[in-house]
Amino acid sequence: MRSWGGLPEHPQRSRSLNWRDELAECWDEPTLAVGAGRSYGDCGLAASGEVLCTTGMNRMLQFDQNSGVLRCEAGVSLGDILRHTVPAGWILPVLPGTQYVTVAGAIANDVHGKNHHGFGTFGRHVKSLLLQRSDRELIECSAGNRSEWFSASIAGLGLTGVILQAELQLKPVAGAWLQCDTVRFRELAEFFALSEESDQNYEYTVAWIDCLHARSRGIFSRAWHIEDARPAPLREPRFRVPFTPPLSPVNRFTLRAFNSLYYHRQRLRGHPDTIPLGDWFFPLDSIGSWNRLYGSRGFRQYQCVVPAPVVRDLLAIIRRSAQGSFLAVLKTFGDLQSPGLMSFPRPGVTLALDFPWRGSATLELFAQLDAVVGSNDGAIYPAKDAHMQGADFRRAYPAWETVERLRDPRLKSLLWQRVTEDS
Amino acid sequence: MARILIVGATSAIAIASARLFAARGDDLVLAARNEERLGSLAADLRVRGAGAVDTVSFMAQPQQDYQGFAGRVWDQGLDCLLLAHGSLRSQDRCQDDVTASRREFEVNALSTICLLAAFAGRFAEQGAGNMVVISSVAGDRGRQSNYLYGSAKAAVSTYCQGLRNRMHSSGVRVITIKPGFVDTPMTAGFEKGLLWTQPEQIASGILRALERGSDVVYLPWFWRYIMLVIRLIPERWFKRLSL
Repeated sequence: MRSWGGLPEHPQRSRSLNWRDELAECWDEPTLAVGAGRSYGDCGLAASGEVLCTTGMNRMLQFDQNSGVLRCEAGVSLGDILRHTVPAGWILPVLPGTQYVTVAGAIANDVHGKNHHGFGTFGRHVKSLLLQRSDRELIECSAGNRSEWFSASIAGLGLTGVILQAELQLKPVAGAWLQCDTVRFRELAEFFALSEESDQNYEYTVAWIDCLHARSRGIFSRAWHIEDARPAPLREPRFRVPFTPPLSPVNRFTLRAFNSLYYHRQRLRGHPDTIPLGDWFFPLDSIGSWNRLYGSRGFRQYQCVVPAPVVRDLLAIIRRSAQGSFLAVLKTFGDLQSPGLMSFPRPGVTLALDFPWRGSATLELFAQLDAVVGSNDGAIYPAKDAHMQGADFRRAYPAWETVERLRDPRLKSLLWQRVTEDS
Repeated sequence: MARILIVGATSAIAIASARLFAARGDDLVLAARNEERLGSLAADLRVRGAGAVDTVSFMAQPQQDYQGFAGRVWDQGLDCLLLAHGSLRSQDRCQDDVTASRREFEVNALSTICLLAAFAGRFAEQGAGNMVVISSVAGDRGRQSNYLYGSAKAAVSTYCQGLRNRMHSSGVRVITIKPGFVDTPMTAGFEKGLLWTQPEQIASGILRALERGSDVVYLPWFWRYIMLVIRLIPERWFKRLSL
């Protein structure tokens, strides 16, 4: 098994965990329980090279249609949940950019979505967790019960024990459709103005930017749920990248062309579209295995959160490096606090970009970005990371020591080894 | 809404099929060895839309009281019986071990035959219904890498052939499902290549076979032709191959 970004060079051995009783036999070697393998970097890879894949533990155990509380196993995918709860009038309050991640993965990384300004992170909607420790202890925890375990496990990168089950509070939804509109912005200042205005009035907001363009033009999208009884099942990918091409079609020239095309093809304000929720939340899921487009060397994502004015500096560095990305996303985070101790979102603007992996050239660029992020008290997102320096991690996530104290001695990721054992 | 009994309900193909039945709102009776697993599976199927879901303990071993089992679950009759239990232990480890060979044959062949024997009369009397049995392409020809499992599945396939012939006049269908390589916990130790399929694909093939009233179904379809070629190789050459 490899991570979404194509790490590591030698794939890790994976063992399937389909039933919780099988876990008893899995503790001989140090390991790491992982979900769908959608984390980009090395937080979903085991330091020992042996991962426990939990996607077979995908049973929904109880769903109360009156209260919207769902109890399910760790490996259920968010898409699987939506398929069953949306027709019943309930939706996961926080959805990341892909439906394929598992519940436990969403909890361990405390993922966020396009409504962070209104609903915070995924972890805010977790009512309780069931953890299995390697010493056979079973820990049921919530905000009010053994809360130390609860807050260390949300955004806990899967280290405090194997998450077996979770109880989630869903949100009522009137249907499977959203209304969305898009507005072009010609420069960053317009983005900030749009974001400030829209976050007060729109449930979901996100922006795509053309990071190769001198003034960082882009497209601001916003959406809101509408009442519409027509069913809109989540779609299967319309196209699947069948293999990893030896040469990546993603390069400076195709990127420039792509970005230009994408920018100009967008419709202008005043023409709201009605779209199925899957198309709004998971646009990239329409291309199966899109990560293969980056060729056999794979790619890295850089996602950080910084105070708004710093975004300009980061974009300037990226433009100068002439390494760019098609998937460049900007989103303003709100100030809703997550229960998770090591949660990534914090007030500021988050910038996420994909870079084709070019070895030292990419690392040099990341080092320049890291310096800016670090000196402005920003943070890098562990779920996307494969390069962050230990010192930067420990500064941005000071609660790491609590997590380390509660970490199960049998569980360790490559990321954790990298960022906590380098001093 | 149908009433369906699934034996070996915690196997991957059974789970995938049960979820499709649940989505239709069918009533399900789940039988398997591990009751804790059955419990969580039953809960899942209820959330996924199944009507009534019952669980019953079942062990594919000589001590199992097959008639008693059939009597307990028959109740108001069944629309469909799906036999999905099985065991695939390494051929190398079993082939020279009498006890292991017998146990494998017990699970993969005898228990299936006993179940079919216990239910056949009931279905015949009911005069309708489907008896779906998961056999395997491995039963189409004995190969050194897999002949213990293969011979058990051959027994099952041939038994089903005869049973289908017997049941035809009473309006009961017997459907033999022959999956190829399926990526399940049973095959966790195998290198996976292009020919491998996910259990969900096998499950939708099973539902399609039920709708169409097929007799013998290879899943995916191309296995019918692969196995045709494999069956056509003369034994004097076949015995030299390392298959």
